[in-house]
Amino acid sequence: MTFGLAVLYLGLVILIPLAGLAWRSAALGLEDFWQIATDPRVIAALRTSFSTAFIAAVVNAVFGTLVAWVLVRYEFFGRRVLDAIVDLPFALPTAVAGIALTTLYAPTGWVGQLFASAGIRIAYTPAGIVIALIFIGLPFVVRTVQPVIEDFETDVEEAAALLGASRLQTIVRVVLPALFPALLTGFSLAFGRAVGEYGSVIFIAGNLPYKSEIAPLLIVMRLEEFNYPAATAIATIMLVIAFGILLSINLLQAWSRRRFGHAL
Amino acid sequence: MPSDVRVPHPDAFRNPVTESAVARGTTIAIAVAFLALVLILPIVAVFSEALRRGLDVALAAVSEPEPLAAVRLTLTIAAIAVPLNTVFGICAAWAIAKFDFKGKTFLITLIDLPFSVSPVISGLVYVLLFGSGSLLGPFFASAGIQVLFAVPGVVLATIFVTFPFVARELIPLMQSQGSGDEEAAIALGASGWQTFLHVTLPNIKWGLLYGVLLCNARAMGEFGAVAVVSGRLRGETVTMPLEIEILYNEYNFVAAFAVASLLAFLALVTLVLKALLERIYGRDHVTGAGH
Repeated sequence: MTFGLAVLYLGLVILIPLAGLAWRSAALGLEDFWQIATDPRVIAALRTSFSTAFIAAVVNAVFGTLVAWVLVRYEFFGRRVLDAIVDLPFALPTAVAGIALTTLYAPTGWVGQLFASAGIRIAYTPAGIVIALIFIGLPFVVRTVQPVIEDFETDVEEAAALLGASRLQTIVRVVLPALFPALLTGFSLAFGRAVGEYGSVIFIAGNLPYKSEIAPLLIVMRLEEFNYPAATAIATIMLVIAFGILLSINLLQAWSRRRFGHAL
Repeated sequence: MPSDVRVPHPDAFRNPVTESAVARGTTIAIAVAFLALVLILPIVAVFSEALRRGLDVALAAVSEPEPLAAVRLTLTIAAIAVPLNTVFGICAAWAIAKFDFKGKTFLITLIDLPFSVSPVISGLVYVLLFGSGSLLGPFFASAGIQVLFAVPGVVLATIFVTFPFVARELIPLMQSQGSGDEEAAIALGASGWQTFLHVTLPNIKWGLLYGVLLCNARAMGEFGAVAVVSGRLRGETVTMPLEIEILYNEYNFVAAFAVASLLAFLALVTLVLKALLERIYGRDHVTGAGH
């Protein structure tokens, strides 16, 4: 009974809407599809979305791993509070994050004015998009890497130290390779989330066509014009590219697991 | 004891599996500074912008009819979406964890889907389904039900994006518990419903609460999917996050941040409850969530 109910609900909420998307994409001729896909504005928006998401995920991979390490390995005042606050981007609505970050990084904002005096603009440029995507993606990296560091056996590190490795060598040659698969998972989760992010980005992006316009915004604009074929085509392209990238990350991860041989 | 035995320098006893005090201090400082800049500063900014002209101005801005209608709609949506997804989440997790059947992996992938799709695309599928020229739109319209650009559409989109939270939380938990307790209960003569109520539910209650908490936070805060299907009819289909956007675009910053601070407060309460639950119920299950 529960099984039937689960499948029925799943069908109603997920399968029927997806069938709608597939049906609409299929109804779109190949020629129309190609025309939409090669529109310079669409290409520019896709490039903005994927490149800013990539940069933000790289920043999060570096700092997220550092934060996870500090939270697991070191005792210091306020650690528990910081640990709890890492989840803030999961709990804070994206629109709230969007207007808060825009206010901070606008040329008159607390952080923005520091950069403005050096002639650097962050809000209303692609740099602003990256800031919003760093906010959104951080907990994905921290929460994937953190449990692996917690479970990491220190006897491996002790062995490295006994064999004469310096602490830095131990971290670079022993610890980091073991964390690498988890790091890749966190990276791909943060990247996948960032590519589709809408709420926190549209406020800070400035949304200039060809410059700081993201692909999800272009979908919304086409929908508001009731141009459903174009919206469907852009959504389909986004899904295909994102799927391709995540698939190659998975392959890279499988390779790194074999290469470094850690069952983590 | 010979007097020429020298006491080794304290550094000689340094734990070989930790870093020097300087390296530790620097790393902690970088991590704290990064978290302060990325996470703490924005939340401080929300409250300080809301209170820029005083608490009474902020309260007055929230008590305008339109923000109030948005608060009411957001609470209504959460009151529909969260219970539905909770019941479904328990059913799906029960079916996946306690029984073997074909296509299990496919089912889990489907449940995860809303996490991996852009919220805008989640909204798009409902527009395609119920919009002009669609299959279902005319059918519901002839029955007198407007789905798109109306409350039902907003509710459906919210259900879609918050769909995985409870199920994702319970599946690993129930799988790790196995079905031994249930088999014992059945063997002792309990009915299926009794087994669920007295055996399964007490086993999963903390994980369930955790999933419901995250589901609720997302249901109240969803923006992208709701923005696409709502049509932004003020006082009718505008939720709190959409109201924030409208107020912000009208340059009514105090009101925008006042509504935003209500949601930010909800987020902080969610984080506190989450931290408490993690203490009770153990971190391991909690970090297993795939959100």
